[in-house]
Amino acid sequence: MNSATLPGTTLTNLKATIGGTFRRIIAFFQENHMFTFGVLLLLALFLFGAIGSLWISPKKADMGANPLNLSPSAEYPLGTDGLGRDMLAVMVIGIPNTFKIGFLAGAVGVLIGTLIGLFAGYYRGFADTLFSSFADVMLVIPTLAILITISAYVRVVTVEIMAVIVGLLSWPLPARVIRSQTLSLRERLFVEVSRLSGANDFEIIVLQILPNLTAYLAASFVGAVSAGILASVGLEVLGLGPQTVPTIGRTLFYAFKYSALFRGMWWWWGPPVFTLATIFTGLFQMSISLDKYANPRLKSAGRG
Amino acid sequence: MRGLDLRYFVRRIGMFFLVIFAAASFNFLIPRLAPGNPIGAINSRMSQASAGIENGQAMFEAYRKRFGLDDPIYIQYAKYMWNTLRFDFGESLSAYPAEVWEIVRPAIGWSISLIGVSVLITFAMGITVGAMLAWKGTPKLVRAFLPITMIGGVLPYYLLAMLLLYLFAFTTKLLPMSGAYDSGIPRELSGPYIISVLRHAILPALSIILTSVGTWALTMRGLIVNTIGEDYMLLAEAKGLPKRRILWWYSVRNAIPPQLTHLAIALGYVVSGAILVEIVFSYPGLGYQLYMAIVNSDYTVIQGITLILAVSVGLSVLIIDLIYPRLDPRVTYVAESSG
Repeated sequence: MNSATLPGTTLTNLKATIGGTFRRIIAFFQENHMFTFGVLLLLALFLFGAIGSLWISPKKADMGANPLNLSPSAEYPLGTDGLGRDMLAVMVIGIPNTFKIGFLAGAVGVLIGTLIGLFAGYYRGFADTLFSSFADVMLVIPTLAILITISAYVRVVTVEIMAVIVGLLSWPLPARVIRSQTLSLRERLFVEVSRLSGANDFEIIVLQILPNLTAYLAASFVGAVSAGILASVGLEVLGLGPQTVPTIGRTLFYAFKYSALFRGMWWWWGPPVFTLATIFTGLFQMSISLDKYANPRLKSAGRG
Repeated sequence: MRGLDLRYFVRRIGMFFLVIFAAASFNFLIPRLAPGNPIGAINSRMSQASAGIENGQAMFEAYRKRFGLDDPIYIQYAKYMWNTLRFDFGESLSAYPAEVWEIVRPAIGWSISLIGVSVLITFAMGITVGAMLAWKGTPKLVRAFLPITMIGGVLPYYLLAMLLLYLFAFTTKLLPMSGAYDSGIPRELSGPYIISVLRHAILPALSIILTSVGTWALTMRGLIVNTIGEDYMLLAEAKGLPKRRILWWYSVRNAIPPQLTHLAIALGYVVSGAILVEIVFSYPGLGYQLYMAIVNSDYTVIQGITLILAVSVGLSVLIIDLIYPRLDPRVTYVAESSG
């Protein structure tokens, strides 16, 4: 952890810091096999989508573009669904869309959560009471219930709107984590020193407190991405996701609607299930190795 | 009550009503903030169904009057809250004139029994397996259990539900594929009916249990390990009590209460997950009704169900929080230690 980066860092210092950070990141990947494994899983899926889209025409993912109900063959490696979509093309387009929703939703949630957490934890008082009670209330209400109500009325059209709506509701957890850390950091000696040397609140928060929250931010982000994908796929399965582009959840929605399970068309529901399992496995591996950094007590407890 | 002072009690109850109030307000606000309007949606749906409706404008006015949409917004809000308090969610739009409450009520029973039983089994299994994992004398076979369930713990419930349905209902036909009971059997408390209900519940319940038991076991192991250094454990060992007794009566007993807090936090997640499991199995609970309501654009039913979900999660968390100090004498909410 880099503590006590005093204001007034010179440029050479900055360069050294960047180089050091880079080396530390490499070392982090080498030390944390689970984290690296998780990243590689996600990367593999993403590349499957990115490279696949260079080869496969997106038109093959349209309804009625291919013969219906074909089981996998040389021409259609993943078969076609009951509406004549090439499943390979659907997956190639759907995977990046699902990633996009997850990452965007995670970013929105963590950004709002961090701002609220820093503010409430640093200033305490009335604002803290207000934000904390609101976050507690939000944590109890099942998010999916609110999301369903919103999506039922708004009938989300694009991947981006979907991601933002999901992200807007996922801030309470990051906010709580960041708030509690800020509460303890603001009492630490290096913050006190910097306050005495004339730094204003903004400088203290950005230069002293924020750098010490890196592990928590990373852990919160991975958690928020995971929650974002979980929530958005849930909505899509209910038929409430983006209507025009294929996503993993929407593929499952059609599989349910046209009883793919009861008709034995495993190639229709199998690929989305496999993809989601891979995504959640990857994110889970990342989050448990990050938790060790954010919460060092877990490390000793885990040894048993 | 022991460990509970009035201030904490009042605060906790107040928090519960705040949750309901917030959920109900969301329900009130969202339709009014959303672009377009539900009446227009009903009109266009009806004209789709019957190729144009006569007196569309008159109907529009009648609806506005019926739902009180000409009133000022705060009167609408007050009326809405009053109706919600009496479980009056209005009439279903797709099954008019059936009331929302009539449609939702039978579904509540199915959902509560499915989720309740699954959570209880998961909780008991998680505690037992977790305790055994922390104990040195446990056979290897049980130890192998954890990594297997951890794989399941990563998946959302409904993905495992699909796999189970494919393996045990579609391929091998061991268990029924959908619904909550066989339609051929009269719905009364008879042997065949009960067996049919149980057979239908196995796969949905297993989907929830298998995906969550690993996480429970893991946290339980952590909590047990934490008790090892405690003084009472040392004393128990010094007294020469059998190891088995120390594990179950000293370690596990002290590790269970914190698990309850985890349960309170996880409940919203469980309920959200169960909604989708019900859809996979066409299980006639709240989740499946919600799905049908969305498919039919039945806004009043959607609102009623989402509100009931929020209230029931809030209520369960409240109950857990209130019995918590009764179960764990170390926790008191007396005087300023509250919150």
